[in-house]
Amino acid sequence: MQRPWILGTAAAAWLVVALLTALWPEQAATDWEYTGHLAAAFAALGGVLALASITDLLFACPPPIKRLAPWMLALALLLGAWETVTAKLGLLPMPFFPPPQALLEVVVDDRVRLAEGVLASLRLLAGGYFVGAALGFAVGVAMGWSRAVGYWIHPVLRLVGPLPATAWLPLAFFAFPSSHSASTFLIALATGFPVTVLTWSGVASVSSAYYDVARTLGANQRFLILKVTIPAAMPHVFVGLFMGLGNSFAVLVIAEMLGVKAGLGWYLQWAQGWAAYANMYAALLIMALIFSGLITLLFRLRDWLLAWQKGLVRW
Amino acid sequence: MSETAVRADIASGRGAALSIHDVSHSFELEGRPLPVLQHVSLRVEPGEFVAILGPSGCGKSTLLRLAAGLDIPRAGFLSLDGQPINAPDASRILVFQDPTLYPWRTVWSNVALGLEARGLLRSHRGRVDDVLRLVGLAGFATAYPRQLSGGMSQRAALARALVNDPKLLILDEPLGQLDSLTRIAMQQELVSLWHRTGFTALLVTHDVEEAVFLASRVIVLSERPARVMVEVVNARPYPRHRGDPHLAELRRDIMGHLGLAGSW
Repeated sequence: MQRPWILGTAAAAWLVVALLTALWPEQAATDWEYTGHLAAAFAALGGVLALASITDLLFACPPPIKRLAPWMLALALLLGAWETVTAKLGLLPMPFFPPPQALLEVVVDDRVRLAEGVLASLRLLAGGYFVGAALGFAVGVAMGWSRAVGYWIHPVLRLVGPLPATAWLPLAFFAFPSSHSASTFLIALATGFPVTVLTWSGVASVSSAYYDVARTLGANQRFLILKVTIPAAMPHVFVGLFMGLGNSFAVLVIAEMLGVKAGLGWYLQWAQGWAAYANMYAALLIMALIFSGLITLLFRLRDWLLAWQKGLVRW
Repeated sequence: MSETAVRADIASGRGAALSIHDVSHSFELEGRPLPVLQHVSLRVEPGEFVAILGPSGCGKSTLLRLAAGLDIPRAGFLSLDGQPINAPDASRILVFQDPTLYPWRTVWSNVALGLEARGLLRSHRGRVDDVLRLVGLAGFATAYPRQLSGGMSQRAALARALVNDPKLLILDEPLGQLDSLTRIAMQQELVSLWHRTGFTALLVTHDVEEAVFLASRVIVLSERPARVMVEVVNARPYPRHRGDPHLAELRRDIMGHLGLAGSW
């Protein structure tokens, strides 16, 4: 990004939005407590960007910050517009379209409940995902390796696999002792199916030449599985892990909305009951950040484990 | 470690005698047996370099897989120093036409594969470095296979075999996919490796010139089902020269056995 003015413009834009937020009187009959805080936050961001652009003029700014500059400018315009049409002009109907300071208010005032929700969701997700991924991987390797296992598991997988995990929901909540264990089962199921299928196909597609090479060097079965089959199948396995992660998010939110009395999904449901739209938007935003963070983590893990591959997709 | 020390270490084991006794083999094709080898008998002396030539698809590679113990013949038997061959073993290693390095392992780990598989890596780590030096890949120990050229990959595959100190090295057109310049360089390297380490070598090739340049004996197989058609002894001492008129003579001779005399 060789346009230094973008960084300066972004800084100026944030400062303008901060002034607009602080000084423009709000609609009558509204009472936003965090308008001042929001303006201060905008001003702080503007200040940081201004500092960065001065540093850039004098020396040179680190490229990552310069790469962010156009996005910073766009976000300033977006938040300015949002603030204007909601709090300042009241063009959009309340309570469906709260202004940004309402979200800030939720995040600050309701932070305990939100943090508890995040923790509960992560705990449930982690339990189900790890169980599902581990079982799916083990079953996939066994199916690819042993004809007998493949013979017995394949029809079951074909019949049951395409069933969405959520279809089991009524039965699971009835059959398991707690809604938590039922949801763990459902998330494991949603994760396990793609991991099993992709691991299996990965194992099946390992070139027989790889086995010939290891066998002619004196490798035994155990070595073939651990050092040839599994590493060679890893790229496929990761595709399954990504698909399973996406599935697990969907099942997590639905399970929390319908049965588990905790977590971000439950929080969304609860906020809807109170018509607390700001709370819903805040929870959605937090959910998006967490899920995106988890996918990033999985990408990092893959890039680290499969560093030998060329041309990996960047997330 | 100096060159001679490397050599002394690797040359610790002498080549073994391979004996192929009245071997016949066939494949199932659409439910019917397709005979590939018919009553093939052959003896390779310890430390000898034998090349096998034959028409495309005649069963040369099958013979090598049998010698490596990757497949078991339908009839007849094979033995190495009197020990029957009925399973793969690190004392007789097959080098494939395609280097088939594991892309997820570095060159060093690829070469270490056989030692690792037999639980010898901890005590023999130095051998991996020695062999990499021997094939001229010492500077590429931490590279991944995708970073290597075709010739370098094939040298890594050779190192992966040599690190196990094989008594019999079975080469299935190992230079077939290389460009002609790399190929000529690799032929010379192969001869010097063979000289320095003393293994018995059994080579399948399509290239008559390669066969007469490398081997002390050339076996010509017939069309499928293959049987031994002719044996040509090549007593020319090493190092040999490509322009040697005696080699050209042998080559013409062998071309004739392959039914290609007219093209020479």
